[in-house]
Amino acid sequence: MFQEFTWAFIVGHVNYWLFIVLMMTGLYIVVARSNLVKKLVGLNIFQVAVFMLYISMGKITGGTAPIFPVDMQIDPDVIYSNPLPHVLILTAIVVGIATTSLALALIVRIREEYNTIEEDGILDIERVLVEQENATHGDAMGGRA
Amino acid sequence: MLVVTALAVVRTLSLFAVVMLSGVFSFLSALLLVTMDAVDVAFTEAAVGAGISTVLMFSTLSLTSRHEKPSRQSPLVPLFVVIVTGAALFYGTLDMPNYGAADAPAMVYLYPEFMERSPHEIGVPNIVTGILASYRGYDTMGETAVVFTAGVGVLLLLSGLKGRRRKEDEDDEKRGNS
Amino acid sequence: MRHHLILRVVTKLLVGPIILLALYVQFHGDFSPGGGFQAGVIMAVAFITYGIVFSVAKVQQVFPPWLVHKMMGLGVLIYAGTGVVSLFMGYNFLDYSALSPHHPEHGQHYGILAVEFGVGITVTGVMVAIYYAFASRPPVISDEEW
Repeated sequence: MFQEFTWAFIVGHVNYWLFIVLMMTGLYIVVARSNLVKKLVGLNIFQVAVFMLYISMGKITGGTAPIFPVDMQIDPDVIYSNPLPHVLILTAIVVGIATTSLALALIVRIREEYNTIEEDGILDIERVLVEQENATHGDAMGGRA
Repeated sequence: MLVVTALAVVRTLSLFAVVMLSGVFSFLSALLLVTMDAVDVAFTEAAVGAGISTVLMFSTLSLTSRHEKPSRQSPLVPLFVVIVTGAALFYGTLDMPNYGAADAPAMVYLYPEFMERSPHEIGVPNIVTGILASYRGYDTMGETAVVFTAGVGVLLLLSGLKGRRRKEDEDDEKRGNS
Repeated sequence: MRHHLILRVVTKLLVGPIILLALYVQFHGDFSPGGGFQAGVIMAVAFITYGIVFSVAKVQQVFPPWLVHKMMGLGVLIYAGTGVVSLFMGYNFLDYSALSPHHPEHGQHYGILAVEFGVGITVTGVMVAIYYAFASRPPVISDEEW
């Protein structure tokens, strides 16, 4: 497997590896940090890295943006980059902003209910609530609330 | 540059700086998308990511808090998860074609057809708009419905109904007790 | 925001060109990068900037909430309505050649224009509605603590 690591192979693949590094940074922020707003920023970083990985698959060396001239005199020598990934990623960006805005609204409501947006603080409050529920209703529900 | 910005987001504790860095990240990624010939996508990413997303996050910050508390857990388990996932993805990219290759599988199946048939059947110079609105019109209709649903969802969550309902409950109690 | 004179003057100068740019991007989506989504976002940004620098109450005098909520649904209705019009003419759903039976290419152009217009209206309405929902809440952190 390692015989094919020629210089051309490395140069042709280094952009994919950089986007994987970005993706993993975003994933680390989502998993390791406990503040909800920071998790959302990490998720956005992950999303943008995935978009760029997709778009880099559509580029042709020596190509140009996929827009014909206005008078539609198409020169057959000009190479255009592949427009299909652009269309898919346009939809994905708009869906991403929709989910981000909904997540921000949820964060505002969580702050109102629990008075904190740190995940550790929310888990502590939930643990205390569950113990209280167990103490009052535990027998009627078989020992578990 | 992008990697430096993302690593700065990991380390920063002030949420104001984190939101500004996310705006900078979106703007830099829009520049990178232009070099990859995706001008429509760069336009949308700059407008949406560096514009609307930053404004909404600042509105959320003014309604929640400004600083992050340092995390109590150890970073070893997340690091392990991230390294394993990254290694699996790296192994997956070994099979991918070189960047910019003209004989990649993505260029062989639908791309020549779009390029030949689009001037005759649609006649619109911007091929991306032609595919988005005509060849793949169903997807765009679903996407518009998604945006509409997100708007309705945010209005349901943040319409201030709780304050009104609590006031109604207090009025009912006053009327019931007296 | 009463003290920031430069911000107030520049915002008043900029809101007009921003709306003009949004209309340009919307209707030139066929010839240059652009289209419905970008135009909707830019138009929403014009009103949001005005609402940030002056107050939300002032921008709601120009763009009242009931109009914003109606616009949210109107765009989806225009989009699906274009498809249903094609159905009534006897063609398939969202088949744009129904809009101009003698010249199918012109029909495609009309269809794309109508559809992108619907998308632009919905995106504008949704973005402004979300901003109104966030900005109408009383802030938890006062201005001095920033």
